[in-house]
Amino acid sequence: MSAIIDVRHVNKAFGGLKVINDCSLQVEEGSITGLIGPNGAGKSTLFNIIAGALPLDTGQILFDGEDITNRPADQLFHKGLLRTFQIAHEFSNLTALENLMMVPPKQAGENLFATWLKPGEVRREEAEVRRRALEVIDFVGLHHVRNELAGNLSGGQKKLLELGRTMMTDAKVVLLDEIAAGVNRTLLGDLVGNIERLNREMGYTFLVIEHDMDMIARLCDPVIVLAQGSVMVEGTIEEIQNNPEVIEAYFGSPAA
Amino acid sequence: MNELVFFINNVVIAGCVAGSIYAIGAVGVTLIFSIMRFAHFAHGDMMTFGAFMVLLLTTLFPQAGAAIGIPTPLIMLPFAMALTAVLAVGIDRAFYKPLRAHGVKPIVMVIASLGVTLMLQGLIRLFAGTGGESLYVDDRKEIFRIPLPIEGVRVPVVITEPQIYLFALTLISVVALHFFLSRSRLGKAMRAMSDNPALAQASGINTNTIVAVTWVIAGGLAAIAGTLLSLDVTFKPDLSFFLLLPIFAAAIVGGVGHPYGAIAGGFVVGFAETLAVFNWGILLRPFRDSLPEWLAQAGNLAFVGTEYKIVVPFFILVAILVWRPTGIFKGKVI
Repeated sequence: MSAIIDVRHVNKAFGGLKVINDCSLQVEEGSITGLIGPNGAGKSTLFNIIAGALPLDTGQILFDGEDITNRPADQLFHKGLLRTFQIAHEFSNLTALENLMMVPPKQAGENLFATWLKPGEVRREEAEVRRRALEVIDFVGLHHVRNELAGNLSGGQKKLLELGRTMMTDAKVVLLDEIAAGVNRTLLGDLVGNIERLNREMGYTFLVIEHDMDMIARLCDPVIVLAQGSVMVEGTIEEIQNNPEVIEAYFGSPAA
Repeated sequence: MNELVFFINNVVIAGCVAGSIYAIGAVGVTLIFSIMRFAHFAHGDMMTFGAFMVLLLTTLFPQAGAAIGIPTPLIMLPFAMALTAVLAVGIDRAFYKPLRAHGVKPIVMVIASLGVTLMLQGLIRLFAGTGGESLYVDDRKEIFRIPLPIEGVRVPVVITEPQIYLFALTLISVVALHFFLSRSRLGKAMRAMSDNPALAQASGINTNTIVAVTWVIAGGLAAIAGTLLSLDVTFKPDLSFFLLLPIFAAAIVGGVGHPYGAIAGGFVVGFAETLAVFNWGILLRPFRDSLPEWLAQAGNLAFVGTEYKIVVPFFILVAILVWRPTGIFKGKVI
């Protein structure tokens, strides 16, 4: 296996606060890599830098061998690097189904002339996109709310919609930012199953930020621990859980 | 019946004229707001700039229209739209983009646009002078008097050539904008960006392109509105600046960020103005004999004097906002 995301010596400061400190890590192609760490460790910042939402100060990021340092998010989308948001984003005035249907790029119906000159093609393609969106919406368990405005969905449902969004294109890598937060326990089981299935059947690579250790334990291998802006350890969940450094970072040093 | 024709001339036609100009202006303001989230105060002077470009081109090539048979200013309008679009994108690159890159608050953008408006107005004065100029350099402004085929009606319906062009161009702009926003890739991307910019970008939409497209459309529409206004009256460097407040009123009344709302708002404000300054006493004249004396004797029954016309949009603005705080159409996203 080779590294599909290669983060090399990245630094990022906000004002005088150094958030990412000479951070280097690799995400192997086909893996579900977990990214954990205490609050303020720089997980979300690193995520935003990889996803093109924040510029980095120094360093380099490679995606599939190509330098993507400081590329805007829309270019990364077309290369197959997708993200979800920690606080779910949605087009609030579209229904859940429409939110998914708008994702595939370059649809014929988006062309002013094609809508008039090739109505048949537009209809066919739209039916195809709708069929796929319906499959996806079943997959993430939102079938019953598919015609609701996305703005009216619950926080957890919006999170599922975010996952669905990443399934509407041929993604290579999906960055999941706390996808489980706000999703109830029963749905969470499905969610884990779905992510595993996407990984196994569709070959998606996942990089997952998560606070829910159960979910990390069930899903992720390897797990990377971030502390104070750089990688502290990397290994299987068992190795991480038994690592005294990690325990100290999370719970403070044992009283002397 | 003569009184009714008088009403048509002074309220229906005048209201449509004012409404069309406000509507096209307000659509630009509202599109800019929905994408960049700030009130663009330089819009009035972008309108003037468009009209000034038409004046300039018409003065340079006064014969161009005669060859085809339509007034020269209209031939020059597409060129003026392109030039104004270039100006709008240029202003954005030079002044607004650096501010956006710093992530300033919307109020800073508003103040910057106020600076741009003063600058533009100064520049136009520098080249065009401060007086009024007719855009009809070498053409004749046709005035159509349409007599109504009803017995006893002596007053004709009066409509001028530029007013007809105004109505036609407003209709075309509105329909074109509708199809652009609802059917085209860029239009849909604009709507996505106005709803949720971060998600739009994460869905593969290049937000810099959308910003540029927004300025091109806003600049083009501003040129149309400014030119049509100057055709109807005369070109003056401060002409559209005084329309700025009613245009903002129209955009807010319709629901900020909502283009169809801006069109509706434009006509609401335009008609409110003309209805408010219309002398209603004229309509009562045929019934003079059956009215109580105090009403029959009253000379001017307008709601407000013409001098106070500017008050009307703001009265409407406040009244509608109290009734519906987000405007007639629910504003915020396209």
